[in-house]
Amino acid sequence: MSLLKAEDVHVYYGSIHAIKGVSFEVNEGEIVTLIGANGAGKSTTLNTVSGLLKPRSGIIEFDGQSLVGVPASKMVNKGLALCPEGRRVFLQMTVEENLEMGAFTRPKGEIKDSIAEVYDRFPRLKERYKQVSGTLSGGEQQMLAMGRALMSKPKLLMLDEPSMGLAPILVDQIFQIIKELNDAGTTILLVEQNAQMALSIADRGYVLETGTIAATGTGEALLHDPAVQKAYLGG
Amino acid sequence: MLLAFLINGISLGSVYAIIALGYTMVYGIAKMLNFAHGDVIMIGGYIAFCSTSYLGLNPILSILCAIAVCTALGITIEKLAYKPLRNATSLAVLITAIGVSYFLQNIALLIWTSNPKSFPNMVSFVPSLKLGTFAISGTAMVTIAACVIIMLVLTFFTERTKMGKAMRAVSEDKGAAELMGINVNRTISLTFAIGSGLAAIAGVLLCSAYPTLMPTTGAMPGIKAFTAAVFGGIGSIPGAMLGGILLGIIEIFAKAYISTQLSDAIVFAVLIIVLIVKPSGLLGKYVQEKV
Repeated sequence: MSLLKAEDVHVYYGSIHAIKGVSFEVNEGEIVTLIGANGAGKSTTLNTVSGLLKPRSGIIEFDGQSLVGVPASKMVNKGLALCPEGRRVFLQMTVEENLEMGAFTRPKGEIKDSIAEVYDRFPRLKERYKQVSGTLSGGEQQMLAMGRALMSKPKLLMLDEPSMGLAPILVDQIFQIIKELNDAGTTILLVEQNAQMALSIADRGYVLETGTIAATGTGEALLHDPAVQKAYLGG
Repeated sequence: MLLAFLINGISLGSVYAIIALGYTMVYGIAKMLNFAHGDVIMIGGYIAFCSTSYLGLNPILSILCAIAVCTALGITIEKLAYKPLRNATSLAVLITAIGVSYFLQNIALLIWTSNPKSFPNMVSFVPSLKLGTFAISGTAMVTIAACVIIMLVLTFFTERTKMGKAMRAVSEDKGAAELMGINVNRTISLTFAIGSGLAAIAGVLLCSAYPTLMPTTGAMPGIKAFTAAVFGGIGSIPGAMLGGILLGIIEIFAKAYISTQLSDAIVFAVLIIVLIVKPSGLLGKYVQEKV
């Protein structure tokens, strides 16, 4: 059953037509990735799903309910969480306060357990729980951003460029964690420029090109598609 | 003498600090300079004045009345004047704030005319403290105590409570705060409510110490408190407190030892020097963003 469905979505920045009729689906339990070059509209698509941008037309449905016109602040209640591009952790707040903010809409009694779960998954965050997050390294901030998004217990976790600017060893680690989160039952919609890594863990993928879907298939198939290889995988 | 001036300075500075807290909180959240803030003080003064003089309420009830009216006024101003400009240039918002400031002054002029009202001291129920030949007025003590209490409560609120933390999150990154499920508009309203409620308290304290109430009463303290907020580091709550008190002390000492006429010039010269030497203010913070 499809958890998230987008149909013929059009998004404009002023007069610029950024997303030109994108359709895709994410089924429960899947890892789906949107890959594509800079400016293809990957982040725009995620920001539209999460309510930060409003589509001009098209259908976006989550769990059978329309998301069009729902403000971003209501999305976590519906079970969607976006871990935004550039991490955007609250730099002047401590690690633990950032996590608390992630659980803003949840009852106070449940927060402690969720924080403990996040610390289990990201032991580095536990070591630094009192530290102001502006002092963390890039990799730690990414872990914090993911942990913060998980604090809302989302059904669908959307990750925007989680590997951006990280050292290769950390990239491996982050993708490993994404896989583990998925195994634990979270559906994942992943936007990546690192197409190789993204396709290798994804069940299915969509290739975005200047605002439209240029190709789709299983992660495996796209990874071996000559056109995709030529354009995005350096082969 | 020196000690008396110091107490006077701290007392005046406490009023500036309470006003500056409103400036700084609103700036921190909405990234705008609410130049109408000083005029909310004046409205607070008038409401308290009317509550005692016309309705015969006791001082405490009058102050509560003033707080309630100013809180509602602050929320209304934000909804009507600033919210439609949320995505406008900062210059447009600044001009609007100046417009609101003149609007409030002229409304006051219409209702209460330009004749100064003689404000009754509302905190005179506290006796002055005599230490030998030296006395601290009850008004000064109440003012300083109010400032310290407000500062402690606000610090507790922003550091420890859920709404306070949400406020800090909104001040850092509205988009990310929204993704957490925080209602940004409601948080901004709450900030204006708190700032304006504080303005009412400042209005009563200011008028109790300097009892001439006119439609322009709030303008100068408003600008000085803005100076104090920048001096201490705009956006920082302890900064507003420190900036306000230092400014009050500088003003009183300048009046006492240099020149009464020049005191305001000296106060603003301090602002210019601080901006040249440390543009982020005394306690202003810069956080390096990692990419």
